[in-house]
Amino acid sequence: MFQAASAKLAQTLLVLLIVSAASFAFLKLAPGDPVSIMLGSDYSKSSYDQLTHELGLDQPVVFQYGNWLADFVRGDWGTSYITNQNIFELAVLQALPVTLTLAALSLLIALVIGIPTGVMAALYRNSWADVLATTLAIGGNAFPSFYLGILLIWLFGVDLGWFPVLGFVAPWEDFWQGLWHLTLPAVTLGAWYVGLIARITRSSLLEVLGQPYILAAKARGEPGWRVVWVHGMRNVLMPLVTVIGLQLGGMLRGAVMTEVVFALPGLGMMVTTAVLNREYIVVQAGIMLTGLLFVAVNLAVDQTYQLLDPRLRRR
Amino acid sequence: MSDALNITAPPGSQWKRRFLQPLLRQRSAMVGLAIIAVYIFAAVFAPWLATHDPAAQDLMASLQGPSAAHWLGTDSYGQDLYSRLLYGAQLALIIGFASVALGLVVGVAIGLAAGLMGGRTEWVLMRIVDGLLAFPELILAMAFMAVLGLGTENVVYALALSFVGPFARMTRGDVLQVKNQPYIEAARLMGVSTAAIIWRHVLPNVVSPILVQAGMRVSIAILLESGLSFLGIGVVPPTPDWGLMIAEGRAFITMAPWISGVPGVALAILLVALNLLGDGLRDAFDPTTQKDA
Repeated sequence: MFQAASAKLAQTLLVLLIVSAASFAFLKLAPGDPVSIMLGSDYSKSSYDQLTHELGLDQPVVFQYGNWLADFVRGDWGTSYITNQNIFELAVLQALPVTLTLAALSLLIALVIGIPTGVMAALYRNSWADVLATTLAIGGNAFPSFYLGILLIWLFGVDLGWFPVLGFVAPWEDFWQGLWHLTLPAVTLGAWYVGLIARITRSSLLEVLGQPYILAAKARGEPGWRVVWVHGMRNVLMPLVTVIGLQLGGMLRGAVMTEVVFALPGLGMMVTTAVLNREYIVVQAGIMLTGLLFVAVNLAVDQTYQLLDPRLRRR
Repeated sequence: MSDALNITAPPGSQWKRRFLQPLLRQRSAMVGLAIIAVYIFAAVFAPWLATHDPAAQDLMASLQGPSAAHWLGTDSYGQDLYSRLLYGAQLALIIGFASVALGLVVGVAIGLAAGLMGGRTEWVLMRIVDGLLAFPELILAMAFMAVLGLGTENVVYALALSFVGPFARMTRGDVLQVKNQPYIEAARLMGVSTAAIIWRHVLPNVVSPILVQAGMRVSIAILLESGLSFLGIGVVPPTPDWGLMIAEGRAFITMAPWISGVPGVALAILLVALNLLGDGLRDAFDPTTQKDA
């Protein structure tokens, strides 16, 4: 148990080190010389050399990486050339909560719609629920979220006027306003997940319902809803969590698009703007942060397995 | 081995039995394939089917609805949407297939090298792959676009690089399984050269899951490509690109919904078709994933 945990920890640390090295390499590969960008168009050789020295750019790359990593861990991520904003504040305190809120709300919507659809599809095969689940799975997975967002803005924002079209209100400042502003983006992003969740729920539940312990529960005279929702769904959770975790890349892809369509100031918006402005230091912060997020979610998925399946705890 | 079989079966029929028939049995995949065929037709014959130059602007004719002169209407620059749609199909398919093909070749090469060489080479290569896999594809592609700069060709490179990781990891895993099979050892003992062993005995045994993966990646590639262009960090205007067209039509959604509608619907249908085909390929050839019960 302890050995497994420490092996997992060592592996995670290694991946984190690789993530940081990749982010650092990105900044080194980015076009343009940071010193001349900071000095502007007119500078002397001595001021150039001085700034190079101050930034530590005359040191070997390994040392530069070490310094950068130390600064990064301390939360000293530098300042944006354009907005003069502290990048740590911009990325971690402002952008990250927006993206996480959007992702959480979308996932909630997807689960609330997807799981019942999947269960109905499994219980009543070839019924309308089954057709709906399949359609959602194929359509939702393929429909480009940025076009769906535009359609939703057109229909519910402009035409019907039910929801605000653009902008973000933090739910932790004004809960109902925030929720109201986030509804369309969350539906846009969640649409992608609904079909996936419905499909996995359906196929896993069908498999589980054929197991002996379901027959045993039925033989004990347990009511039908208990057989499905307690004995059945408990065993569907594992594949469901796996798929949700595995599809995080797709979720982040959708989040970037959704944020740009709805002008939400999240990580995706931050990275997009930074790429367009050629502000590589901000792009780098975004890359590093998403990398960390990815690693963290994978770890969390691993941990949930033990929570969901008692059989794994004893190992 | 194949010589012995060919005595009884005419050449080509084995290919039919192994690859064509399982796929033909997947009905939804065939529907997907038919739709894709229409797109390929439109892409190949775009120069003959188009009624206008896709990049020609005519400000007098801007924001027009569908008419006899402009079958699907015009955008805010007066560019003909029907012609742009056709050339857009060309671009989307070229970028989609080219980026997956490039990512596949590089990824499989890395996976083969890692799996066959082992030791320190494998460790280093797989850590690089870990690094690539530690990021979501879109973020990776955006980062590469930032380094490479905008443009059609760079979109292909950026997407290809972001696909290398999954292909490399898959190939290595399969190679590790195949490597220790008795028939590889037998071939080695018979003095077959390493290159021939890789080409004739290792690759054929790892190729089908990789091709399935490639088939499924094409739709992701096209989605990412149009997404990048939509964000303004992909293909540059006035190239007829669906993502760019959707972005352009966004501002005119209430007065001219066809500007983003034409490319949006075309993109959605193509992606659904590619997904149907990809799922069909997986069900037909990948023994590890079973079809939904």
